[in-house]
Amino acid sequence: MSSIATGYDLSASTYSPDGRVFQVEYANKAVENSGTAIAIRVKDGVVFAVEKVVTSKLLVPGANRRIQIIDRHIGMAMAGFLADGRHLAARARDEASNLRELYGPPTIRSVADRLGLYAQAYTLYSSVRPFGCSAIIGGYDKDGPALYCVEPSGVSYGYNGAAAGKGRTLAKNELEKLKFSELSTREAVYEAARIIHLVHDDAKEKDFELEMSWIGQESNFRFVPVPDDLFKDADQKARDALENFD
Amino acid sequence: MDHFPTNWGRPRNDLNDAYNTYPLHQRPYNGPKDTFADGVQRTQQPIVTGTSVLAIKYKDGVMMAADTLASYGSLARFKDIQRLHPVGSHTVLGAGGDMSDFQYIQTSLDTLLIEEEITQNDGHSLGPSEIHEYLKFLMYGRRSKFDPLWNSIIVGGVKDGRSFLGYVDLLGVTYEAKTLATGYGAYIAQPLLRDAVEEREGQENSITEEEARKILETSMRVLFYRDARSLNKYQVATITAAGISISESQHLSTEWSFAEGIRGYGAQTQ
Repeated sequence: MSSIATGYDLSASTYSPDGRVFQVEYANKAVENSGTAIAIRVKDGVVFAVEKVVTSKLLVPGANRRIQIIDRHIGMAMAGFLADGRHLAARARDEASNLRELYGPPTIRSVADRLGLYAQAYTLYSSVRPFGCSAIIGGYDKDGPALYCVEPSGVSYGYNGAAAGKGRTLAKNELEKLKFSELSTREAVYEAARIIHLVHDDAKEKDFELEMSWIGQESNFRFVPVPDDLFKDADQKARDALENFD
Repeated sequence: MDHFPTNWGRPRNDLNDAYNTYPLHQRPYNGPKDTFADGVQRTQQPIVTGTSVLAIKYKDGVMMAADTLASYGSLARFKDIQRLHPVGSHTVLGAGGDMSDFQYIQTSLDTLLIEEEITQNDGHSLGPSEIHEYLKFLMYGRRSKFDPLWNSIIVGGVKDGRSFLGYVDLLGVTYEAKTLATGYGAYIAQPLLRDAVEEREGQENSITEEEARKILETSMRVLFYRDARSLNKYQVATITAAGISISESQHLSTEWSFAEGIRGYGAQTQ
Protein backbone atom coordinates (compact mmCIF):
# COMPACT_ATOMS: atom_id res chain seq x y z
CA MET A 1 0.00 0.00 0.00
CA SER A 2 1.45 3.34 -1.01
CA SER A 3 0.03 4.96 2.11
CA ILE A 4 2.47 3.12 4.35
CA ALA A 5 5.08 5.29 6.04
CA THR A 6 3.17 8.46 5.28
CA GLY A 7 2.33 8.77 8.96
CA TYR A 8 -1.41 8.94 8.46
CA ASP A 9 -1.93 5.40 9.69
CA LEU A 10 -0.51 5.85 13.18
CA SER A 11 -3.75 6.77 14.90
CA ALA A 12 -7.44 6.02 14.54
CA SER A 13 -8.06 9.71 15.17
CA THR A 14 -6.22 10.89 12.04
CA TYR A 15 -7.59 11.11 8.51
CA SER A 16 -5.36 10.68 5.50
CA PRO A 17 -5.48 13.65 3.05
CA ASP A 18 -7.84 11.68 0.81
CA GLY A 19 -10.27 11.12 3.68
CA ARG A 20 -9.54 7.62 4.89
CA VAL A 21 -8.85 6.25 8.34
CA PHE A 22 -6.14 3.69 7.84
CA GLN A 23 -6.44 2.13 11.27
CA VAL A 24 -9.98 1.11 10.42
CA GLU A 25 -8.82 -0.40 7.15
CA TYR A 26 -6.10 -2.34 8.96
CA ALA A 27 -8.75 -3.63 11.34
CA ASN A 28 -10.62 -4.95 8.30
CA LYS A 29 -7.43 -6.77 7.30
CA ALA A 30 -7.49 -8.54 10.66
CA VAL A 31 -11.02 -9.70 9.85
CA GLU A 32 -9.95 -10.91 6.41
CA ASN A 33 -7.30 -13.18 7.93
CA SER A 34 -9.76 -15.15 9.99
CA GLY A 35 -11.77 -18.27 9.19
CA THR A 36 -15.01 -17.61 7.34
CA ALA A 37 -18.23 -16.89 9.21
CA ILE A 38 -21.59 -16.80 7.41
CA ALA A 39 -25.23 -16.38 8.34
CA ILE A 40 -28.40 -16.95 6.33
CA ARG A 41 -31.73 -15.30 7.05
CA VAL A 42 -34.66 -17.24 5.64
CA LYS A 43 -38.41 -16.85 5.95
CA ASP A 44 -38.76 -18.45 9.38
CA GLY A 45 -35.34 -18.30 10.98
CA VAL A 46 -31.61 -17.58 10.87
CA VAL A 47 -28.72 -20.02 10.53
CA PHE A 48 -25.10 -19.29 11.50
CA ALA A 49 -22.05 -21.26 10.40
CA VAL A 50 -18.38 -20.73 11.10
CA GLU A 51 -15.19 -22.29 9.77
CA LYS A 52 -13.15 -22.51 12.92
CA VAL A 53 -9.52 -23.05 12.00
CA VAL A 54 -7.89 -25.43 14.45
CA THR A 55 -4.51 -23.90 15.26
CA SER A 56 -3.15 -26.80 17.27
CA LYS A 57 -3.83 -30.49 17.52
CA LEU A 58 -3.60 -30.12 21.29
CA LEU A 59 -6.80 -28.05 21.48
CA VAL A 60 -9.84 -29.68 23.01
CA PRO A 61 -12.52 -30.14 20.32
CA GLY A 62 -15.23 -27.50 20.72
CA ALA A 63 -12.91 -25.02 22.46
CA ASN A 64 -12.92 -21.31 21.56
CA ARG A 65 -16.47 -21.11 20.25
CA ARG A 66 -16.94 -18.42 17.61
CA ILE A 67 -20.72 -18.40 17.72
CA GLN A 68 -21.99 -16.90 20.95
CA ILE A 69 -25.43 -16.54 22.49
CA ILE A 70 -26.43 -12.96 23.30
CA ASP A 71 -29.98 -13.40 24.56
CA ARG A 72 -32.59 -16.18 24.40
CA HIS A 73 -33.44 -15.13 20.85
CA ILE A 74 -30.21 -13.47 19.66
CA GLY A 75 -26.90 -14.92 18.58
CA MET A 76 -23.63 -13.65 17.20
CA ALA A 77 -20.89 -15.08 14.99
CA MET A 78 -17.49 -13.44 14.86
CA ALA A 79 -14.73 -13.19 12.29
CA GLY A 80 -11.38 -11.69 13.17
CA PHE A 81 -9.63 -11.55 16.53
CA LEU A 82 -11.44 -13.97 18.80
CA ALA A 83 -10.61 -11.93 21.91
CA ASP A 84 -12.07 -8.75 20.38
CA GLY A 85 -15.13 -10.73 19.33
CA ARG A 86 -15.67 -12.05 22.81
CA HIS A 87 -15.49 -8.51 24.15
CA LEU A 88 -18.09 -7.41 21.59
CA ALA A 89 -20.28 -10.37 22.57
CA ALA A 90 -20.04 -9.42 26.23
CA ARG A 91 -20.97 -5.86 25.32
CA ALA A 92 -23.88 -7.07 23.18
CA ARG A 93 -25.16 -9.09 26.16
CA ASP A 94 -24.98 -6.02 28.38
CA GLU A 95 -26.85 -3.96 25.79
CA ALA A 96 -29.48 -6.67 25.32
CA SER A 97 -29.98 -7.01 29.05
CA ASN A 98 -30.24 -3.24 29.43
CA LEU A 99 -32.78 -2.99 26.60
CA ARG A 100 -34.73 -5.92 28.09
CA GLU A 101 -34.87 -4.25 31.49
CA LEU A 102 -36.28 -1.06 30.00
CA TYR A 103 -38.46 -2.24 27.12
CA GLY A 104 -38.86 -6.02 27.28
CA PRO A 105 -37.29 -8.56 24.92
CA PRO A 106 -35.02 -6.49 22.61
CA THR A 107 -35.22 -6.44 18.82
CA ILE A 108 -32.16 -7.60 16.89
CA ARG A 109 -31.96 -4.21 15.26
CA SER A 110 -31.72 -2.32 18.54
CA VAL A 111 -28.88 -4.53 19.79
CA ALA A 112 -27.02 -4.32 16.45
CA ASP A 113 -27.41 -0.53 16.43
CA ARG A 114 -26.01 -0.22 19.93
CA LEU A 115 -23.14 -2.53 19.09
CA GLY A 116 -22.46 -0.37 16.01
CA LEU A 117 -22.29 2.76 18.17
CA TYR A 118 -19.89 0.99 20.50
CA ALA A 119 -17.57 -0.15 17.68
CA GLN A 120 -17.67 3.32 16.11
CA ALA A 121 -16.48 4.96 19.34
CA TYR A 122 -13.27 2.91 18.97
CA THR A 123 -12.51 4.69 15.66
CA LEU A 124 -12.41 8.15 17.25
CA TYR A 125 -9.55 8.15 19.74
CA SER A 126 -5.81 7.85 19.42
CA SER A 127 -5.66 5.95 22.69
CA VAL A 128 -7.61 2.93 21.41
CA ARG A 129 -7.59 0.71 18.35
CA PRO A 130 -10.67 -0.28 16.36
CA PHE A 131 -11.98 -3.83 16.88
CA GLY A 132 -10.26 -6.37 14.67
CA CYS A 133 -13.53 -8.20 14.38
CA SER A 134 -16.75 -8.25 12.40
CA ALA A 135 -19.80 -9.32 14.38
CA ILE A 136 -22.62 -11.02 12.52
CA ILE A 137 -25.60 -10.68 14.79
CA GLY A 138 -28.99 -12.23 14.18
CA GLY A 139 -32.06 -13.72 15.73
CA TYR A 140 -35.82 -13.86 15.76
CA ASP A 141 -37.87 -11.06 17.33
CA LYS A 142 -41.42 -9.76 17.17
CA ASP A 143 -40.87 -8.66 13.56
CA GLY A 144 -39.54 -12.07 12.48
CA PRO A 145 -36.02 -13.15 11.58
CA ALA A 146 -33.31 -10.48 11.40
CA LEU A 147 -29.63 -10.41 10.49
CA TYR A 148 -27.05 -7.62 10.79
CA CYS A 149 -23.30 -7.31 10.43
CA VAL A 150 -21.33 -4.86 12.56
CA GLU A 151 -17.96 -3.99 11.03
CA PRO A 152 -14.85 -2.46 12.64
CA SER A 153 -15.85 0.94 11.25
CA GLY A 154 -19.06 0.78 13.27
CA VAL A 155 -21.54 0.45 10.40
CA SER A 156 -24.28 -2.10 10.91
CA TYR A 157 -26.16 -3.16 7.80
CA GLY A 158 -29.01 -5.64 7.57
CA TYR A 159 -28.61 -8.67 5.32
CA ASN A 160 -30.36 -11.74 3.95
CA GLY A 161 -27.01 -13.45 3.80
CA ALA A 162 -23.85 -12.21 5.47
CA ALA A 163 -20.27 -13.38 5.22
CA ALA A 164 -17.00 -12.27 6.78
CA GLY A 165 -13.47 -13.60 6.94
CA LYS A 166 -11.11 -15.26 4.51
CA GLY A 167 -13.63 -16.84 2.18
CA ARG A 168 -16.20 -14.07 2.21
CA THR A 169 -16.06 -13.31 -1.54
CA LEU A 170 -16.71 -16.89 -2.58
CA ALA A 171 -19.25 -17.28 0.21
CA LYS A 172 -21.14 -14.16 -0.87
CA ASN A 173 -21.20 -15.54 -4.42
CA GLU A 174 -22.82 -18.73 -3.14
CA LEU A 175 -25.19 -16.83 -0.84
CA GLU A 176 -26.45 -14.75 -3.76
CA LYS A 177 -27.65 -17.92 -5.48
CA LEU A 178 -29.97 -18.83 -2.58
CA LYS A 179 -33.69 -18.04 -2.59
CA PHE A 180 -34.04 -16.63 0.91
CA SER A 181 -37.80 -16.27 0.80
CA GLU A 182 -38.32 -19.94 -0.13
CA LEU A 183 -35.76 -21.80 2.00
CA SER A 184 -36.77 -23.34 5.31
CA THR A 185 -34.45 -23.00 8.28
CA ARG A 186 -33.61 -26.70 8.07
CA GLU A 187 -32.66 -26.41 4.40
CA ALA A 188 -30.57 -23.35 5.24
CA VAL A 189 -28.52 -25.48 7.66
CA TYR A 190 -27.51 -27.75 4.77
CA GLU A 191 -26.70 -24.74 2.58
CA ALA A 192 -24.62 -23.11 5.31
CA ALA A 193 -22.63 -26.30 5.92
CA ARG A 194 -22.10 -26.71 2.18
CA ILE A 195 -20.85 -23.14 1.75
CA ILE A 196 -18.39 -23.37 4.66
CA HIS A 197 -16.95 -26.63 3.33
CA LEU A 198 -16.77 -25.17 -0.18
CA VAL A 199 -15.06 -22.00 0.96
CA HIS A 200 -12.47 -23.80 3.08
CA ASP A 201 -9.11 -23.92 1.34
CA ASP A 202 -7.52 -27.31 2.05
CA ALA A 203 -4.21 -26.22 0.55
CA LYS A 204 -3.63 -23.46 3.11
CA GLU A 205 -5.13 -24.77 6.37
CA LYS A 206 -5.23 -28.37 7.24
CA ASP A 207 -7.80 -28.64 9.92
CA PHE A 208 -11.03 -26.88 10.73
CA GLU A 209 -14.10 -27.42 12.84
CA LEU A 210 -17.54 -26.57 11.51
CA GLU A 211 -19.66 -24.72 14.06
CA MET A 212 -23.36 -24.11 13.49
CA SER A 213 -26.19 -22.50 15.46
CA TRP A 214 -29.72 -21.58 14.52
CA ILE A 215 -32.99 -20.06 15.59
CA GLY A 216 -36.44 -20.77 14.20
CA GLN A 217 -39.61 -22.79 14.64
CA GLU A 218 -37.68 -26.03 15.15
CA SER A 219 -35.49 -24.55 17.89
CA ASN A 220 -38.61 -23.20 19.61
CA PHE A 221 -37.42 -19.67 18.70
CA ARG A 222 -34.40 -20.02 20.94
CA PHE A 223 -30.88 -19.38 19.64
CA VAL A 224 -29.09 -22.71 20.17
CA PRO A 225 -26.45 -24.88 18.52
CA VAL A 226 -27.86 -26.98 15.67
CA PRO A 227 -28.91 -30.37 17.13
CA ASP A 228 -26.32 -33.14 16.83
CA ASP A 229 -28.11 -35.42 14.36
CA LEU A 230 -28.95 -32.59 11.95
CA PHE A 231 -25.43 -31.18 12.31
CA LYS A 232 -23.78 -34.51 11.50
CA ASP A 233 -26.06 -35.06 8.52
CA ALA A 234 -25.46 -31.56 7.11
CA ASP A 235 -21.70 -31.91 7.68
CA GLN A 236 -21.61 -35.29 5.92
CA LYS A 237 -23.77 -34.11 2.98
CA ALA A 238 -21.48 -31.09 2.55
CA ARG A 239 -18.38 -33.30 2.47
CA ASP A 240 -20.03 -35.65 -0.04
CA ALA A 241 -21.13 -32.79 -2.27
CA LEU A 242 -17.60 -31.43 -2.30
CA GLU A 243 -16.10 -34.78 -3.31
CA ASN A 244 -18.49 -35.16 -6.22
CA PHE A 245 -17.69 -31.61 -7.17
CA ASP A 246 -13.93 -32.16 -7.41
CA MET B 1 -20.54 22.14 27.75
CA ASP B 2 -21.03 24.01 30.99
CA HIS B 3 -23.00 27.13 30.13
CA PHE B 4 -22.52 28.83 33.50
CA PRO B 5 -19.57 31.27 33.11
CA THR B 6 -19.36 31.54 36.90
CA ASN B 7 -18.30 27.93 36.92
CA TRP B 8 -15.47 28.41 34.46
CA GLY B 9 -12.99 29.49 37.11
CA ARG B 10 -10.05 31.85 36.65
CA PRO B 11 -8.31 32.15 33.28
CA ARG B 12 -5.40 29.79 32.97
CA ASN B 13 -1.95 31.10 33.74
CA ASP B 14 0.89 29.70 31.67
CA LEU B 15 3.34 30.28 34.49
CA ASN B 16 1.84 27.93 36.99
CA ASP B 17 -0.41 25.75 34.84
CA ALA B 18 1.14 25.18 31.44
CA TYR B 19 -0.96 22.13 30.59
CA ASN B 20 -4.28 23.24 32.04
CA THR B 21 -4.38 20.47 34.61
CA TYR B 22 -5.52 22.61 37.55
CA PRO B 23 -8.10 23.04 38.91
CA LEU B 24 -9.28 19.44 38.50
CA HIS B 25 -12.37 18.90 36.44
CA GLN B 26 -14.83 19.39 39.23
CA ARG B 27 -17.37 22.18 39.28
CA PRO B 28 -20.42 23.19 41.26
CA TYR B 29 -23.47 21.16 40.35
CA ASN B 30 -26.31 23.21 38.86
CA GLY B 31 -28.58 20.35 37.80
CA PRO B 32 -31.93 19.48 39.33
CA LYS B 33 -31.80 18.62 43.01
CA ASP B 34 -33.86 15.93 44.70
CA THR B 35 -35.26 17.84 47.65
CA PHE B 36 -36.50 14.63 49.30
CA ALA B 37 -33.32 12.62 48.82
CA ASP B 38 -32.68 12.34 52.57
CA GLY B 39 -36.32 11.71 53.39
CA VAL B 40 -36.59 8.17 52.04
CA GLN B 41 -39.29 5.87 53.32
CA ARG B 42 -38.96 2.15 52.81
CA THR B 43 -41.70 -0.42 52.32
CA GLN B 44 -43.75 -0.57 55.51
CA GLN B 45 -46.41 -3.04 54.45
CA PRO B 46 -47.44 -5.13 51.49
CA ILE B 47 -50.15 -3.66 49.24
CA VAL B 48 -51.58 -6.19 46.79
CA THR B 49 -51.14 -9.56 48.46
CA GLY B 50 -51.43 -13.25 47.76
CA THR B 51 -52.20 -15.71 50.54
CA SER B 52 -50.97 -19.25 51.26
CA VAL B 53 -48.94 -21.60 49.07
CA LEU B 54 -48.86 -25.31 49.87
CA ALA B 55 -46.34 -27.90 48.73
CA ILE B 56 -45.42 -31.52 49.39
CA LYS B 57 -42.88 -34.01 48.16
CA TYR B 58 -44.30 -37.16 46.62
CA LYS B 59 -43.14 -40.22 44.73
CA ASP B 60 -42.24 -38.50 41.44
CA GLY B 61 -41.15 -35.10 42.74
CA VAL B 62 -42.83 -32.04 44.18
CA MET B 63 -46.42 -30.81 43.99
CA MET B 64 -47.41 -27.24 44.80
CA ALA B 65 -50.75 -25.43 45.04
CA ALA B 66 -51.81 -21.79 45.32
CA ASP B 67 -55.09 -20.01 44.73
CA THR B 68 -55.37 -17.32 42.06
CA LEU B 69 -56.40 -14.39 44.24
CA ALA B 70 -54.48 -11.14 44.71
CA SER B 71 -56.15 -9.09 47.48
CA TYR B 72 -56.02 -5.35 48.04
CA GLY B 73 -56.31 -5.28 51.79
CA SER B 74 -59.48 -7.26 52.49
CA LEU B 75 -60.85 -6.56 49.00
CA ALA B 76 -60.66 -9.51 46.58
CA ARG B 77 -59.14 -7.24 43.91
CA PHE B 78 -57.67 -9.58 41.23
CA LYS B 79 -59.17 -13.04 40.92
CA ASP B 80 -57.07 -14.54 38.15
CA ILE B 81 -53.44 -14.04 39.15
CA GLN B 82 -50.98 -16.87 38.75
CA ARG B 83 -48.84 -17.23 41.86
CA LEU B 84 -46.90 -20.28 40.69
CA HIS B 85 -43.97 -19.31 38.49
CA PRO B 86 -41.58 -21.61 36.61
CA VAL B 87 -37.86 -20.74 36.72
CA GLY B 88 -35.71 -22.59 34.20
CA SER B 89 -36.64 -26.20 33.54
CA HIS B 90 -36.39 -27.75 37.00
CA THR B 91 -37.94 -25.28 39.41
CA VAL B 92 -41.24 -23.67 40.38
CA LEU B 93 -41.69 -20.74 42.78
CA GLY B 94 -44.89 -20.20 44.71
CA ALA B 95 -45.26 -16.88 46.46
CA GLY B 96 -47.46 -15.30 49.09
CA GLY B 97 -47.19 -11.65 50.18
CA ASP B 98 -46.71 -8.59 48.00
CA MET B 99 -47.44 -9.39 44.36
CA SER B 100 -45.41 -6.50 42.92
CA ASP B 101 -42.37 -7.68 44.85
CA PHE B 102 -43.01 -11.17 43.48
CA GLN B 103 -43.11 -9.80 39.95
CA TYR B 104 -39.80 -8.05 40.62
CA ILE B 105 -38.32 -11.34 41.80
CA GLN B 106 -39.58 -13.04 38.63
CA THR B 107 -37.87 -10.42 36.46
CA SER B 108 -34.60 -10.55 38.35
CA LEU B 109 -34.53 -14.36 38.20
CA ASP B 110 -35.19 -14.16 34.45
CA THR B 111 -32.14 -11.91 34.06
CA LEU B 112 -30.11 -14.29 36.24
CA LEU B 113 -31.16 -17.22 34.07
CA ILE B 114 -30.15 -15.46 30.85
CA GLU B 115 -26.77 -14.55 32.33
CA GLU B 116 -25.97 -17.86 33.98
CA GLU B 117 -27.69 -20.44 31.84
CA ILE B 118 -28.79 -19.26 28.40
CA THR B 119 -25.75 -17.30 27.24
CA GLN B 120 -23.16 -19.61 28.84
CA ASN B 121 -24.64 -22.68 27.17
CA ASP B 122 -22.05 -24.86 28.89
CA GLY B 123 -24.39 -27.70 29.78
CA HIS B 124 -24.89 -26.54 33.36
CA SER B 125 -28.29 -25.37 34.53
CA LEU B 126 -29.65 -23.83 37.71
CA GLY B 127 -31.61 -26.29 39.82
CA PRO B 128 -34.07 -25.66 42.64
CA SER B 129 -31.42 -25.66 45.39
CA GLU B 130 -29.36 -23.03 43.53
CA ILE B 131 -32.43 -20.83 42.99
CA HIS B 132 -33.30 -21.24 46.68
CA GLU B 133 -29.78 -20.29 47.73
CA TYR B 134 -29.84 -17.23 45.46
CA LEU B 135 -33.20 -16.11 46.83
CA LYS B 136 -31.90 -16.58 50.36
CA PHE B 137 -29.17 -14.00 49.79
CA LEU B 138 -31.47 -11.71 47.80
CA MET B 139 -34.12 -11.67 50.55
CA TYR B 140 -31.65 -11.41 53.44
CA GLY B 141 -29.72 -8.66 51.65
CA ARG B 142 -32.86 -6.64 51.16
CA ARG B 143 -34.08 -7.04 54.72
CA SER B 144 -30.62 -5.94 55.93
CA LYS B 145 -31.15 -2.71 54.01
CA PHE B 146 -34.42 -2.34 55.90
CA ASP B 147 -36.12 -2.61 52.52
CA PRO B 148 -37.42 -6.17 52.36
CA LEU B 149 -39.11 -7.92 49.47
CA TRP B 150 -42.37 -8.67 51.24
CA ASN B 151 -42.88 -12.30 50.31
CA SER B 152 -42.80 -15.78 51.66
CA ILE B 153 -41.74 -18.09 48.89
CA ILE B 154 -41.72 -21.83 48.39
CA VAL B 155 -39.12 -23.18 46.00
CA GLY B 156 -39.76 -26.67 44.69
CA GLY B 157 -38.17 -28.75 42.01
CA VAL B 158 -36.43 -31.87 40.80
CA LYS B 159 -32.95 -32.08 39.34
CA ASP B 160 -30.59 -34.98 38.80
CA GLY B 161 -33.16 -37.34 40.33
CA ARG B 162 -33.29 -35.43 43.60
CA SER B 163 -36.35 -33.49 44.67
CA PHE B 164 -36.03 -30.26 46.62
CA LEU B 165 -38.54 -28.31 48.68
CA GLY B 166 -37.47 -25.14 50.46
CA TYR B 167 -38.87 -22.00 52.03
CA VAL B 168 -37.55 -18.45 52.14
CA ASP B 169 -39.26 -15.31 53.42
CA LEU B 170 -38.89 -11.54 53.72
CA LEU B 171 -36.55 -11.88 56.71
CA GLY B 172 -34.20 -14.21 54.89
CA VAL B 173 -35.31 -17.16 57.02
CA THR B 174 -34.94 -20.46 55.18
CA TYR B 175 -35.72 -24.08 55.83
CA GLU B 176 -36.40 -27.28 53.95
CA ALA B 177 -39.05 -29.89 54.72
CA LYS B 178 -41.15 -32.64 53.19
CA THR B 179 -44.25 -30.49 53.49
CA LEU B 180 -44.34 -26.70 53.42
CA ALA B 181 -47.00 -24.01 53.69
CA THR B 182 -46.80 -20.21 53.77
CA GLY B 183 -49.04 -17.56 55.31
CA TYR B 184 -52.31 -18.64 56.89
CA GLY B 185 -51.68 -22.09 55.45
CA ALA B 186 -48.73 -22.48 57.83
CA TYR B 187 -51.26 -22.56 60.69
CA ILE B 188 -54.24 -24.27 59.05
CA ALA B 189 -52.88 -26.52 56.33
CA GLN B 190 -49.40 -27.49 57.50
CA PRO B 191 -50.77 -29.86 60.22
CA LEU B 192 -53.04 -31.50 57.65
CA LEU B 193 -50.15 -31.95 55.21
CA ARG B 194 -47.94 -33.38 57.98
CA ASP B 195 -50.68 -35.77 59.07
CA ALA B 196 -51.08 -37.03 55.54
CA VAL B 197 -47.34 -37.52 55.08
CA GLU B 198 -46.51 -38.81 58.57
CA GLU B 199 -49.10 -41.49 58.13
CA ARG B 200 -46.55 -42.97 55.75
CA GLU B 201 -43.61 -42.52 58.15
CA GLY B 202 -40.49 -43.91 56.52
CA GLN B 203 -42.15 -44.37 53.16
CA GLU B 204 -42.99 -40.84 52.03
CA ASN B 205 -41.77 -41.83 48.64
CA SER B 206 -44.82 -44.01 48.18
CA ILE B 207 -47.32 -41.14 47.87
CA THR B 208 -48.66 -41.30 44.34
CA GLU B 209 -49.45 -38.29 42.19
CA GLU B 210 -53.16 -38.90 42.66
CA GLU B 211 -52.86 -39.09 46.45
CA ALA B 212 -50.71 -35.96 46.53
CA ARG B 213 -53.28 -34.10 44.47
CA LYS B 214 -56.00 -35.28 46.86
CA ILE B 215 -54.05 -34.14 49.94
CA LEU B 216 -53.52 -30.67 48.45
CA GLU B 217 -57.13 -30.35 47.31
CA THR B 218 -58.43 -31.19 50.79
CA SER B 219 -56.06 -28.67 52.36
CA MET B 220 -56.98 -25.97 49.85
CA ARG B 221 -60.65 -26.55 50.61
CA VAL B 222 -60.10 -26.22 54.36
CA LEU B 223 -58.13 -23.04 53.68
CA PHE B 224 -60.94 -21.63 51.55
CA TYR B 225 -63.38 -22.26 54.40
CA ARG B 226 -61.12 -20.74 57.06
CA ASP B 227 -58.98 -18.07 55.32
CA ALA B 228 -60.88 -14.88 54.50
CA ARG B 229 -58.21 -13.86 51.93
CA SER B 230 -58.52 -17.01 49.87
CA LEU B 231 -60.42 -18.04 46.75
CA ASN B 232 -62.07 -21.22 45.50
CA LYS B 233 -59.97 -21.14 42.33
CA TYR B 234 -56.48 -22.63 42.49
CA GLN B 235 -53.66 -24.01 40.39
CA VAL B 236 -51.46 -27.03 40.94
CA ALA B 237 -47.87 -27.32 39.77
CA THR B 238 -46.09 -30.64 39.48
CA ILE B 239 -42.34 -30.81 39.06
CA THR B 240 -40.95 -34.22 38.15
CA ALA B 241 -37.93 -35.56 36.32
CA ALA B 242 -40.02 -35.21 33.16
CA GLY B 243 -40.38 -31.45 33.66
CA ILE B 244 -42.72 -28.80 34.93
CA SER B 245 -46.45 -28.60 34.47
CA ILE B 246 -48.70 -25.92 35.91
CA SER B 247 -52.41 -26.67 35.64
CA GLU B 248 -55.15 -24.38 34.45
CA SER B 249 -57.03 -22.86 37.37
CA GLN B 250 -59.53 -25.31 38.82
CA HIS B 251 -62.63 -24.84 40.91
CA LEU B 252 -62.99 -26.06 44.51
CA SER B 253 -66.33 -27.65 45.28
CA THR B 254 -67.73 -26.45 48.59
CA GLU B 255 -70.68 -27.28 50.81
CA TRP B 256 -72.53 -24.49 52.64
CA SER B 257 -75.85 -26.04 53.68
CA PHE B 258 -74.57 -26.45 57.25
CA ALA B 259 -74.58 -22.66 57.51
CA GLU B 260 -78.37 -22.78 57.92
CA GLY B 261 -77.96 -24.40 61.31
CA ILE B 262 -75.41 -21.98 62.71
CA ARG B 263 -76.73 -19.75 65.42
CA GLY B 264 -75.02 -16.90 67.21
CA TYR B 265 -73.95 -14.66 64.30
CA GLY B 266 -76.03 -12.04 62.51
CA ALA B 267 -79.69 -11.27 63.01
CA GLN B 268 -81.43 -14.58 63.60
CA THR B 269 -84.52 -14.47 65.74
CA GLN B 270 -83.89 -18.07 66.94
